[in-house]
Amino acid sequence: MEQIEFDYPAAKRSITKRAHVGVVGSGDMEVLMEPTQSEGAHVSITTSVDGFQSTWKAVFDRFFSKFDGAVRVQINDAGATPGSVMLRLEQAVEVINQ
Amino acid sequence: MSQTGIIPEFVRRQSFIELDGRKRAQSLFDEGTWKELVGPFDRMESPWLPLQGVAPQFDDGCIVIKGKIGGMAAVAIALEGAFQGGSIGEVSGAKMTAALDLATKDSKTGKRTAAILLLETGGVRLQEANLGLAAVAEVISSVLALRPHAPVITLIAGTVGCFGGMSLAAGVSSYVVMTREARLGLNGPEVIEQESGIDEFDSSDRTLIWAIHGGEQRVGMGLADALVEDDAGKIKATIRGYVQADLPLEYRSQQVEFYRDRVTALDTSEQINPMSLRERWSNKTTGGLR
Amino acid sequence: MSEHVGLRGRAWFEALTGIKQPSTGDPGTVLASEAQIGDETALFLCVVPNPSSRFPCVRDGQVGLEEAFTLAHHLRRVIAQDREKPKARKRPVVAIVDVKSQAYGRREETAGIFFAAAASSDAYASARMAGHPVISLVAGQAFSGGFLTHGYQANRILAFDDSGIVIHAMHKEAAARITRRSVAELEELGHEIAPMSYDVRDYAKLGLLYKLLHVDDPQHPTTADIEAIRHDLIDAIQDARRGATDLSNHLQSDAAKQTRKAGIAVRTALEAQWQNA
Repeated sequence: MEQIEFDYPAAKRSITKRAHVGVVGSGDMEVLMEPTQSEGAHVSITTSVDGFQSTWKAVFDRFFSKFDGAVRVQINDAGATPGSVMLRLEQAVEVINQ
Repeated sequence: MSQTGIIPEFVRRQSFIELDGRKRAQSLFDEGTWKELVGPFDRMESPWLPLQGVAPQFDDGCIVIKGKIGGMAAVAIALEGAFQGGSIGEVSGAKMTAALDLATKDSKTGKRTAAILLLETGGVRLQEANLGLAAVAEVISSVLALRPHAPVITLIAGTVGCFGGMSLAAGVSSYVVMTREARLGLNGPEVIEQESGIDEFDSSDRTLIWAIHGGEQRVGMGLADALVEDDAGKIKATIRGYVQADLPLEYRSQQVEFYRDRVTALDTSEQINPMSLRERWSNKTTGGLR
Repeated sequence: MSEHVGLRGRAWFEALTGIKQPSTGDPGTVLASEAQIGDETALFLCVVPNPSSRFPCVRDGQVGLEEAFTLAHHLRRVIAQDREKPKARKRPVVAIVDVKSQAYGRREETAGIFFAAAASSDAYASARMAGHPVISLVAGQAFSGGFLTHGYQANRILAFDDSGIVIHAMHKEAAARITRRSVAELEELGHEIAPMSYDVRDYAKLGLLYKLLHVDDPQHPTTADIEAIRHDLIDAIQDARRGATDLSNHLQSDAAKQTRKAGIAVRTALEAQWQNA
């Protein structure tokens, strides 16, 4: 079990909506994406699969290179692939942008 | 050529089974009347799963939605089958019991509030063992407390089905609605095979599984009330009918002498043929008894 | 451990009622009798092994179809007989629990054991809700569907403080197999995580037990032991009569407020949000 945290201070655009996407099935994950009071975005990941910190960082670096919302992202993960993670994040953004 | 013309039913039909627990629960309500209570944003998770390296879920796999169905107050409590097999833990069990108890409280003060239990579950969550088991006992008790005041409708759509201790909650419900894909039983085929051997139950025999546990069999033998297609619109209408129905005068699980006699009459020298049992036990042969 | 299933249940049923045989018409797996306790009569119920049961999967102390419906039959009989009596005179029910599990059989699944179990728990709960004090005495094993069917709907649960008492959702070997651990690892986990423990003293931390009872040898009670346990049962009956007819007591003890604080918190949150919905 690992707890992983990242900060993206450049993501400053004000967000008004929140999103919840996904189910913590085997090989899957869920994400809460909410407006944050602080400057920049913060990511917390609770994952049952250890040893993938750099993979998570790569996914989020890529995500925040295209998304600049000041969001608090919280994830419960049971082994989702990077592709699935990105999909879930994009689904959350769709809800936020509605 | 314009795209007018009849849209085929298989295109229009929305599968209920393909929806996750949250969307299933939402789909039952009158539009614009529902609200989720203690949802994922409240982050009330299992305290026990992280201690064992198991990822929790923000809603602990139980979704509570309150609103109106057919204009009448109702609460839907859905177990998410994809999270830990829909199993009952301390928190998910507490959500279910609390929602039932609140429906009872409202119903007793004049606002009849039906409860719909969407049960995709293997029963007790092993990682919470005794708290899960106690929670199941408490759910059964709370169903029985609500039942005299408002309908308690169990809906089992599949593909997980309803097994383990929660099958007793189905058994004490006012009404049970199942699809053909759904299954209802105390012990699943793998458990029987594990405990009593492959001759007792070959868990790879899908025909046998549905012949014994499947929705068509349970409805056919009179232990469930309605068989519905995997169609969200039709399921919504069926549930609405039960929400609006008068309360039964007697409940199936109270009809002890009737069912006890049936068990006494069973020939146990061999395995029981499910089809023959269905013919003997079907509602058509019981003269109106539920 | 499993060879002893049912022996303690039977021993305590006989000790408390003087009865050794099933009632006429009942299967050999159910002992049911009215007997004196204090200055009133109570219905005593016990499920025991019967190697010649006509249901092969019930012969080692499992709770199956006949057992569930027979329990329900006796409970409903007593409920009906006492229907017009005031609460103070509704006969207590004492469930003596020593059951290996529910029955794991194809006959049982085919004939709807889920429903039989439901009917029995309905009858127990109905007795409780009608005002009968329902007490469970866990004399041995109390597993899963067996305990849900016979005992878990009680107002008050008592258990012996003894290594032969095991209350749990699944037997160790099966649980170890499913969670892919060794039995030793599972036992170790139980020390840290109280709800997973197989030890009755850890079960007591969950706040579900009214009392842990102390008897030197629960399988061979002395006259003094029986008298002491009778007193404990009478005390539980009186306590049950004073309390609610629902299971709200499950969350009221100090132990529950500690171990089940997450469940209590979610209940409180749901109540608050319900009012505003």
